[in-house]
Amino acid sequence: MNKTVLDLWVGLFVIAGIVALLFLALKVGSMSAVKTSSSYEVVARFDNIGGLKPRAPVKSAGVVVGRVADIRFDNETYEAAVTLRLDKRYAFPKDTSAAIMTSGLLGEQYIGLEAGGDPQALKDQDRIFLTQSAVVLENLIGHFIYGKAQEGAPQ
Amino acid sequence: MLKQSIENLGNRTIQGVWRIGFAARFFVAVLLHSGTAFRRFGLTIREMYFTGVLSLIIILVSGLFVGMVLGLQGYETLQTYGSEEALGVLVALSLVRELGPVVAALLFASRAGSAITAEIGLMKATEQLSAMEMMAVDPIARVVAPRFWAGVISMPLLAALFSAMGIFGGYLVGVQLIGVDEGAFWSQMKSAVDFEEDILNGVIKSVVFGIAITTIALFEGYDAPPTAEGVSGATTRTVVTSSLAVLALDFVLTAFMFRGLG
Repeated sequence: MNKTVLDLWVGLFVIAGIVALLFLALKVGSMSAVKTSSSYEVVARFDNIGGLKPRAPVKSAGVVVGRVADIRFDNETYEAAVTLRLDKRYAFPKDTSAAIMTSGLLGEQYIGLEAGGDPQALKDQDRIFLTQSAVVLENLIGHFIYGKAQEGAPQ
Repeated sequence: MLKQSIENLGNRTIQGVWRIGFAARFFVAVLLHSGTAFRRFGLTIREMYFTGVLSLIIILVSGLFVGMVLGLQGYETLQTYGSEEALGVLVALSLVRELGPVVAALLFASRAGSAITAEIGLMKATEQLSAMEMMAVDPIARVVAPRFWAGVISMPLLAALFSAMGIFGGYLVGVQLIGVDEGAFWSQMKSAVDFEEDILNGVIKSVVFGIAITTIALFEGYDAPPTAEGVSGATTRTVVTSSLAVLALDFVLTAFMFRGLG
């Protein structure tokens, strides 16, 4: 058995193992479908983002057009400032509205963009003014019960 | 008749206790004589080639297929609840926490453990170990300890490769074949898998499994009756005992590690 060849194989094995560990540890952090160079960022403010997470998809008409880049809490307005990284290929009017939606009943949350009619397009670091918060199930049920109670109340 | 069976039972119990005591003494002796395995690291590297590198094919291929099956089955179930995007979380957590260390250890036990037992058992049967003792070479330091450390080092690497391969398999089936959203697959996985809680605990598990398997395999080989029948019996016992030990240890370790999460 040639000593150097054997050492080479063991070395490759150890390196492969460590690479696999690193892959697991970093969990492919750089895997981003939309690259920074070919994208622009816009900010949308929401009263409540529900379960939205960074890197969640941004969809328009059901097509993924970008990803959530960052979510911060604005301590002055008490709103959530969500940075959306959109693909440069897609331009949206200035009065586009953003809503937080849920895919399926229990699925993950994403941002849906609804295009408006403004002739000017959104540019980098622009802000989306029309936003709709995530639907919180408890509030919905609360409203429903409240409405039912009102119905039954004597006039 | 009755007396005979009681005598047999007692004899077996005494034999079992004797073997456990000898195995414990053997384990301590291996640890105490590990100096040579590190001073002459070439010996350990040689063994790592046989236990680690040669196990790569079976580990990688099994990992890929286990991941692909997880992707298919997980999708079927998650689809019912409309949360296909959680497929990445399901595949990654089941691999990193359980399947990676355990299945890799079971494969390692049958691929490398049996080979170690057969090799050492045959060395004993052909009196190579006695010959070493005659030349004032300690067989535990020269033969056993390098194999022990090679197994202990190889096992976590193999388990990590198994998990990584499995996640890749789950990605292939889930994202490329079925069409789960790629970003959601990775992002949900990333946000759900914790480094210390999941990955580090998986590595600790595989190190413990590595120690258990190599100790059992080396002991069975060292303790094998020096006949062809004895070596074959010892090889079978290695696979059975170390597989059971892996599963039992896995339960104990899981109970300790994830107690707070249940």
